[in-house]
Amino acid sequence: MTPSLLYAFAGVALCSIGLFGFVRIRHLLRKLMAFNLIGSGVFLLMVGLAQRGGQPDPVPQALVLTGIVVAIAATALAVVLIRRYYHLSGQTTLAEPRAKRAKPPAPTANREGSPE
Amino acid sequence: MIEWALDGLLVLALLVTAVATLASRDLFRAVVMFIAFGLLMALVWVRLQAPDIALAEAAIGAGLTGVLLLDAARHLGYGRADPCEGQDSDDGQAGPSR
Amino acid sequence: MMRFLGVAIMVAICLAFAGGLALTVWQIAGTPAPVNLPHLLAENLDASGVDHPITAVLLNFRSYDTLLEIGVLVIAGIAGISMAKTTSLEDPDLRTSDSLLYALQRWFVPLMLVLAGYLLWAGSDRPGGAFQAGAVLAASGVMMRLGGIPMDFLRPGMLLRFGLALGFSVFLLVAVASALAGSAFLAYPEAFAKPLILIIEVVLTFSIAMVLLALFVSAPVNRTEEPEEGEAG
Repeated sequence: MTPSLLYAFAGVALCSIGLFGFVRIRHLLRKLMAFNLIGSGVFLLMVGLAQRGGQPDPVPQALVLTGIVVAIAATALAVVLIRRYYHLSGQTTLAEPRAKRAKPPAPTANREGSPE
Repeated sequence: MIEWALDGLLVLALLVTAVATLASRDLFRAVVMFIAFGLLMALVWVRLQAPDIALAEAAIGAGLTGVLLLDAARHLGYGRADPCEGQDSDDGQAGPSR
Repeated sequence: MMRFLGVAIMVAICLAFAGGLALTVWQIAGTPAPVNLPHLLAENLDASGVDHPITAVLLNFRSYDTLLEIGVLVIAGIAGISMAKTTSLEDPDLRTSDSLLYALQRWFVPLMLVLAGYLLWAGSDRPGGAFQAGAVLAASGVMMRLGGIPMDFLRPGMLLRFGLALGFSVFLLVAVASALAGSAFLAYPEAFAKPLILIIEVVLTFSIAMVLLALFVSAPVNRTEEPEEGEAG
């Protein structure tokens, strides 16, 4: 058991936390963040497992570096898509709109910490 | 021994911020937690002897992603004259991990 | 009740997933690696043309991955731009009057440009390289954008297309040229390895920054078109 392996297990935990969030949460931006958590977990798993001997291994590190840049590009594209979707449909989840419209408005207890 | 404590603490903080990202009801707070998570990831990469990834993560995970998500959260979460789109408060799925 | 059941099932699935994955990790950790990659890399580092192992992996040994990566980035950028509301570029609402941001901008943007240049240059023998430099460059662009500085090159046009395609096309050109010259696809001739890697890194930096910035800018600023969004925000 080396510290690297500890980080690999942390990656496992992150993957499952992210998976839970990705499936359960409906708000699209939160879903995106959960997806990014899964990605971070995978990166940790790759590097941590490859370096279990203790010495650094540049090959998985380089692959993870590539992966991070692709992940930010994918995240940025997803944000563009989510904002476009919100622009067109006015909602932030993929749920059917009829339930939203029928529900009585709940103006309180919602985003109480909004800075504006 | 002290290094193990450091690693353990870092992992704990990582998991706590990850859960807080998903569990916090306020979208703004969730994004801030996610930025904190990115910064912690940069520290983790330093601990894993990967300074290249740490640099990239600090610039991307904390900087660019943060700005991107904050900007999006401002448009999605706070611009609410339409009360019907209060979807993440009363359904209870915003805080499932608790 | 049904919701509680759903959460419980999901928790069980996630725990099972985590358990299985952890078990796999534990078993893999018990077996020694079949190939000693760091050793192999250290042996061949001299042939790569750069002194930093990660740059060597990214741009020489596994340059195929990097080529595909910049391809993915360009596609993401194009997809993002196609959603763009280009009128938002000259949106006067975006010009902030926040004095803190202005001051920050005045001090940080030149600093970040220098930092990006340094990171790019440092990539050959110490941590740094095209990705980090591109990210810093994109971040300084985002800062300028938030401050409302007009950046004409992000409008759809020749300059944008050129900037987006530059990294990928130069990389591909090098790859095809080396293939035509008789050696394998993407195998640099050893004498030119260093300058070729340098050129590719420079264009990669610009393209990565351009793609990320374009994706940031092309996020729809839906304020004037959607009345129900209100003035808040």
